Amino acid sequence: MSEMAFTPDEMMTIAASRALKNDDVCFVGIGAPSAACNVARLTHAPDITLIYESGTIGTAPTVLPLSIGDGELCDTALTTVSVPEMFRYWLQGGRVSIGFLGAAQLDRFGNINTTVIGDYETPKTRLPGGGGAPEIASLSGEVYITMKQSQRGMVDTIDFYTSFGHGDGGDHRKRLGIDTKGPTMLITDLAIWKPDETTKEFTVVSIHPGVSREDIQASCGWTVKFADQPAQTSPPTELELSTLRDLKARTKAAHERSTPTHQDQK
Amino acid sequence: MTKFQSLQDAVAANLKDGDTAAFEGFTHLIPFAAAHEAIRQKRRDLTLVRMTPDVVYDQMVGMGLARKMIFSYAGNPGVGLLRRVRDAVEQGWPYGLELEEHSHAAMANAYEAGAAGLPCAVFRGYRGAELARVNANIKAVTCPFTGEQLAAVPAIRPDVTFIHASKADRKGNVLIEGIVGVQKEAVLAASRAVVTVEEVVDDLDAHPNMCVLPHWTVTSICVVPGGAHPSYTQGYYGRDNAYYLEWDKIAADRDRFLSWMQDHVLDRTPEAFDGRVSELRAEV
Repeated sequence: MSEMAFTPDEMMTIAASRALKNDDVCFVGIGAPSAACNVARLTHAPDITLIYESGTIGTAPTVLPLSIGDGELCDTALTTVSVPEMFRYWLQGGRVSIGFLGAAQLDRFGNINTTVIGDYETPKTRLPGGGGAPEIASLSGEVYITMKQSQRGMVDTIDFYTSFGHGDGGDHRKRLGIDTKGPTMLITDLAIWKPDETTKEFTVVSIHPGVSREDIQASCGWTVKFADQPAQTSPPTELELSTLRDLKARTKAAHERSTPTHQDQK
Repeated sequence: MTKFQSLQDAVAANLKDGDTAAFEGFTHLIPFAAAHEAIRQKRRDLTLVRMTPDVVYDQMVGMGLARKMIFSYAGNPGVGLLRRVRDAVEQGWPYGLELEEHSHAAMANAYEAGAAGLPCAVFRGYRGAELARVNANIKAVTCPFTGEQLAAVPAIRPDVTFIHASKADRKGNVLIEGIVGVQKEAVLAASRAVVTVEEVVDDLDAHPNMCVLPHWTVTSICVVPGGAHPSYTQGYYGRDNAYYLEWDKIAADRDRFLSWMQDHVLDRTPEAFDGRVSELRAEV
């Protein structure tokens, strides 16, 4: 095993990047998914098609965008279409193989809440909302989710069903007339999870290096199910780690370069 | 026929208290200068429509212009939450704000339906999504041919749409380049449209398939260089990411927000935008 030191965050991004294939057409959510998708593109999946909801198809940014509509995405895209076209022809039309989402709140069946903490009408915390996610979750061929584990984030019951995963589990998607696979993988900073074939409950199938079962349970709000013999996630390779770190360094430099210019001259 | 006029005159003529107004631009080309002029002219009771309210509606809501917001993602992109919008929703400051919340797919379809002159948009959406429970404007229709159940939302038909674009020619034809978002649909769906542009040129030099709004679809054109800042204009200046990061701190406190708005919006004119992008021009 390599002596290389890496953070749980880096392990998460790299494990998530490995899930993507060269021929995937991936609708990329902002934040953690964006880093994973671009590491995949810069390592083992150079021909992957990355799509952002701002309309950029086949984008290959050299730095990670701060928003889903940074100019970098358009500059490096094969083509840029309007937002209605993006959602109608490309997502609803069934052209997207993977939807890659982050989550504020997640339950064991891959249902995602990014809308409110508390009651919808009188929320304790008003979150940004769904954006593209409700339809990415139902219309992509399958869905990968990536998030850092925490008791607050991975909860027994989510406060709001922003994006439907497997609902109450089992064949709930099918009963609602949703014919796509839904969440098929969850990549956290501690483990890789896949839904049980029958119940659709997320089950730990691979544990990241240096992580214990107790760690995984301690940062998860439901009682964790483990596969009979969970694998151990391979640690990041030198190439994966250097690719991710270079990408982050370029991104940091680029975002700091635009110093605030709105301090008007008096 | 389109009118070339000052932004002050265009806002005064086209935006009335109580209007349903869309200030569109999907991360790119957000019409900040037009929004700031609306703030200076103290418009009230607006229904503000925008897929991603962004910092621009955080400012308008915080300054008390809005009664209602129709939207699909109320975040500061890549940074976090919209603190002024949250304060209005959670604490009613400065006024309460009614929310009509959708998904991006619904809003995009609703603008397109508005542009197409249809009463509603039909799409395969909201399946299993709880927004359908809390938003009375999300309904279901059955396809008369296949029996499939589909989502329906009302078309968006703003009284006025504001957008920012790279350039217009002297007749007032407008070219939109880069991430084109929903601006074409938002303009064609509206009764009136005001476009701020970086510059006016003799020839748009646009190939036949580019996104061009003919002059007779636009009510007013105002030349405001830098008018999208801190958003950006492809080929002119980059996005001021640092502003978006700093906004999180400015908007965190009511007094700091108000004093910032006084210094940077109320005491200014549209001409201030040009200087704000001077360093960002060097990057493109």
